[in-house]
Amino acid sequence: MKSTIAKSDAARDAAFRRLLSGAEESGSLIPLLQKTQGLYGYLPERALVRIARRLRLSPAQVYGVATFYGQFRLRPAGRHLVTVCHGTACHVAGAERISEALEGALGIRTGGTTPDGLFTLRNVACLGCCSLAPVMMVGETAHGRLTPAKAKAVLRRRAR
Amino acid sequence: MRARPGWTVTVGMSSCGVAAGAEAVREAFRREIARRRLPAAIRITGCVGMCHREVLAEVSPPGGGATIYGDLTPERAARIVERHLLGGEPVREWIVADDRAPLHALPYFAKQKKIVLRNCGFIDPEEIDDAISMGGYEALRAVLAEGSPEAVIACVEASGLRGRGGAGYPTGAKWRRTRESPGAEKYVICNADEGDPGAFMDRSVLEGDPHTVLEGLAIAAYAVGASRGVVYVRAEYPLAVRRLRAAIGQAERRGLLGRDILGSGFDFSVALMEGAGAFVCGEETALIASLEGGRGMPRLRPPFPAARGLRGMPTCINNVETLANVPWIVRHGAERYAAIGTPGSRGTKVFALAGKVARGGLVEVPMGITLREIIEEIGGGSGTGLPVKAVQIGGPSGGCLPASRFDTPVDYESLKESGAIMGSGGMIVLDESACMVDIARYFLSFTRDESCGKCTFCRVGTKRMLEILDRIALGRAEEGDLDLLEELGRSVGIASLCGLGQTAPNPVLTTLRFFREEYEAHIRDRRCPAKKCRALFRYRVDPSRCTGCGACARVCPVGAVAGEKGRPHLIDEARCTRCGLCVEACPADAIAAE
Repeated sequence: MKSTIAKSDAARDAAFRRLLSGAEESGSLIPLLQKTQGLYGYLPERALVRIARRLRLSPAQVYGVATFYGQFRLRPAGRHLVTVCHGTACHVAGAERISEALEGALGIRTGGTTPDGLFTLRNVACLGCCSLAPVMMVGETAHGRLTPAKAKAVLRRRAR
Repeated sequence: MRARPGWTVTVGMSSCGVAAGAEAVREAFRREIARRRLPAAIRITGCVGMCHREVLAEVSPPGGGATIYGDLTPERAARIVERHLLGGEPVREWIVADDRAPLHALPYFAKQKKIVLRNCGFIDPEEIDDAISMGGYEALRAVLAEGSPEAVIACVEASGLRGRGGAGYPTGAKWRRTRESPGAEKYVICNADEGDPGAFMDRSVLEGDPHTVLEGLAIAAYAVGASRGVVYVRAEYPLAVRRLRAAIGQAERRGLLGRDILGSGFDFSVALMEGAGAFVCGEETALIASLEGGRGMPRLRPPFPAARGLRGMPTCINNVETLANVPWIVRHGAERYAAIGTPGSRGTKVFALAGKVARGGLVEVPMGITLREIIEEIGGGSGTGLPVKAVQIGGPSGGCLPASRFDTPVDYESLKESGAIMGSGGMIVLDESACMVDIARYFLSFTRDESCGKCTFCRVGTKRMLEILDRIALGRAEEGDLDLLEELGRSVGIASLCGLGQTAPNPVLTTLRFFREEYEAHIRDRRCPAKKCRALFRYRVDPSRCTGCGACARVCPVGAVAGEKGRPHLIDEARCTRCGLCVEACPADAIAAE
């Protein structure tokens, strides 16, 4: 999902209104949530309420769907989304140590965002690049054959 | 087909290639070729399956005779342009295959049989003409010309094709049930929500040959009487989504999808839906719930989707790999397909071979081949210097088989009998450094996280099982815990509605069956034989080898190593988190686990 941080709040709200006016039936709820998150980088509560009203669902139903799926965030993410793969191959290749090294370097736990809003650290069940294990994604770029030191170096380059 | 000047350089650009640096390699080829004004074109292709040699590129001179290079970097790409394209002399050291030693003769490919992957790594997945030049959409054309959905179903039934997503249900029978179910409208769904950790078969097929999957889906739609289809793709596969979307557009513009396909009067449109990150949505009723905009929770079957599926209408759901087999079967005949494999398991199966294996990647093998042939002959053993200990098949629904069982043939029945399952195709090789308690914990923590919460035994049972495994890993378990674990495992399997819960205990039960002594060492001796469970071992500096260089103290993230320069160092056991960074940093091999 491409983020559109550069857009102004007003432009994003306008795009969201256009999204909403095109949505009609409850079957389109998940794509609508995905596009909303694409706009804002997360799912703001006011957007969820308006989606519910538009699709004639209760806010609880929409909230229920938004919290069921791992893709959706209810809080803004950092500028760089760092996703450490914890697939089987990465697990046996030491993914846990990559996560620990990054948690240490960023001073946050997995799932958290650095106070400067630069990095969000999270896990994924598998990216499917098993032969390059251990792997992490920063934004949409995958980095393979990591060591704790290499993983930290990747983030240092991004922080500049 | 585009006009091709003199030379062609084809770079492998699937997700694993890109992760290994294929973008930079392609850019280096482009830059060097432009700089030297060479008459050479650059193409891209999908994954040929040799992930262990990525980045891969093929260099073809005008007169034919291609050379495939592996382990490429931008610098090596520049050298190849200079020495091979300009100088006419191939660069020996990075050659994977050429005319003298062709790809199919390599040990990695000799025992493979490519049906699903036949085009992957050869065609440009973003060019429909490439697919068509390999016979793409010919099967659809033939089926529409013959005009008998019944004949298509009979052909697929006779081929013996079974669902490749894991459960192995006969594909032809599924199609027949959908066709025979009454409904104002019918749907076909391609299940591309590949969620098993350690599995990337479907991703590679979608990235490397999306048109074969679309053709299979269109044939399925024609056979069951559907005019609308959905491909449900995992959102974590952005490249697969992009290529599939492009492929749908190209096929529509050529009249191979959409209204009145090839003038036959058959209408079929395909929509793409991105999953939102829930493993359970690979289960067909959960997938449908998700398509309808709800929480992806499975429901009781029957009614099966073939009778009541999407929006209450008859719906046929097939996995990516299953559908990719269909065009081949239609073109070459059911008999030729059925001649491959074993009586109960016909055809081939694609596996994602990874973990501690020398030659990892995507392999397609005839059913009935033994695990030993895959792991040792194709994969080349562990590649770590340590003996292979076990193989994990089928991801979180599957099991671990020990090396003593490697003569088990790969077919649905034999694998089930062994305690594992065929599964979707994840195959992770484990060497002696793997702790089986740790592997069981890993999978169970995955299924606990991914349980949708509908069934009590799956929701609570997996959590209780994980607590026992945590106790074992911490050295706090008691005699009797293993019996409790087995009993709970059986109960979770029996009392869960869908495949996720029914199979969730498999990784625990198979490791208990084949590696019980390892569990017992954790419980009785408070010892982790593989030195993986952090509470059960410690790192110690051997003072006779330590040179006092201080490398360990510098890398330790918690300041647990201390010592004077030039004198043996000491590790503070209470502070040490067993991260192992010091072991890697030590130039004298003086730190070891005990």
